[in-house]
Amino acid sequence: MKRLALGIAALAVAGIAAGLVLTAPRPLDAERLVAIAAIEGDAAAGETLFWAGGCASCHAAPGSDGEARLLMSGGVRLKSDFGTFIGPNISPHPDAGIGNWRVEDFANAMLAGVSPNGGHYYPAFPYGSYTRMSNRDVADLYAFMTTLPESDVASIPHEVGLPFNIRRSLGGWKLLFFSDEPKVALADADDQLRRGQYLVEGPGHCGECHTPRNPIGGFISGAWLAGAQNPDGEGVIPNITPASSSIGDWSASDIAYYLESGFTPDFDSVGGSMVEVQKNMAQLTSGDRDAIAAYLKAVPAVSDGWK
Amino acid sequence: MKFRSLIALAMIGAAGLAPALAADEPQVVRQEMMKKVGGATGAMAKMVKGEMDYDAAAALAALTTISEVAATYGDFFPEGSDTGFETEAAPAIWSDRDGFNEKLAQFKADADAGVAAAPADLDGLKAVFGPLTKNCGACHEDYRLKKS
Repeated sequence: MKRLALGIAALAVAGIAAGLVLTAPRPLDAERLVAIAAIEGDAAAGETLFWAGGCASCHAAPGSDGEARLLMSGGVRLKSDFGTFIGPNISPHPDAGIGNWRVEDFANAMLAGVSPNGGHYYPAFPYGSYTRMSNRDVADLYAFMTTLPESDVASIPHEVGLPFNIRRSLGGWKLLFFSDEPKVALADADDQLRRGQYLVEGPGHCGECHTPRNPIGGFISGAWLAGAQNPDGEGVIPNITPASSSIGDWSASDIAYYLESGFTPDFDSVGGSMVEVQKNMAQLTSGDRDAIAAYLKAVPAVSDGWK
Repeated sequence: MKFRSLIALAMIGAAGLAPALAADEPQVVRQEMMKKVGGATGAMAKMVKGEMDYDAAAALAALTTISEVAATYGDFFPEGSDTGFETEAAPAIWSDRDGFNEKLAQFKADADAGVAAAPADLDGLKAVFGPLTKNCGACHEDYRLKKS
């Protein structure tokens, strides 16, 4: 009897220990951090990543336009089933923002979802996509971020209740869903298609809204880009696979023109949260928009993800 | 016999009436108005993109169409027209009517400015087309809801 009790206790301890090990925040390995730190970041190239990554959509003050979209004071509210996340200040301000971060800290945030003090970030910050970014692009983006204006506006805490306010639990989420593997396998991909895949699955993080999720916030498999309920309220985020009833019959150049101008082929316009995204996409080169369009025409056709 | 023909008449009447009624519904009216704006925008966009030669009369006609729609568009959002007929009107139109009206007023002001400018050449059109079409996304961001 005593042996049984001891056994159960040992098992419980082992379980908790294993749980703690498995859910521990895991920064990038030292080798990769050294490689990133060795790159001299090119701020001009980093600006492309800034727009591709949509940083301003969550980190510029709500409703910002023009130059104001470069002031990363934070404040945009992102509602979800798990609570409301509020984009923090990521301007180069040393106290209110991330001005004290080294490139290694930035890389750990972007690629591993780990903060400088070793905690997990919520995946509302889309590191689940950013993790596909190259060392060079992370270094370039870091260089660009340091050129932005400082804001001393304090970050607002997220409004997240139990159990999601226990950051350690995010380790379990990462264990289940966090991977830098490609989302779809594309046979015979040329350079343009590969670029499109990189932009959409990586910095562009299109799937974060356009792919349906299960009740604990993981992507439903086999439904990549199939559209989803709008987490932010009523309505849906459209299906953007070739099976889409809204854009399935658009040509690649229709898609590229939409990303550039905000106009659909029949001159309806972009709406909802995509308005912000389209402003970002308009800043990319036409080659990059064409690459995104090529990729969207090449992904597997999947029926609407919200049905 | 009489009764039957009455029923037949009633059915014919109802069939004739149904489409007429649907076309009068505010949801349908405003959808048609937005289609007009889309058509006018497309006509100008083809010139702006260089797919069509500049045509001052066509540009002015397009701007006038948009200005006319903008003038009365706000009249077609009565209470209770937030659902039905595949409307994509967002609830925010009714919960934040002032904000919606403000966007509409800006849209109308920019359309009127375009008509007043009566652009004589492509550069003139580009100068009004950009600011005018910024209104599309600015309003659709908060006041239109995609349902499919």
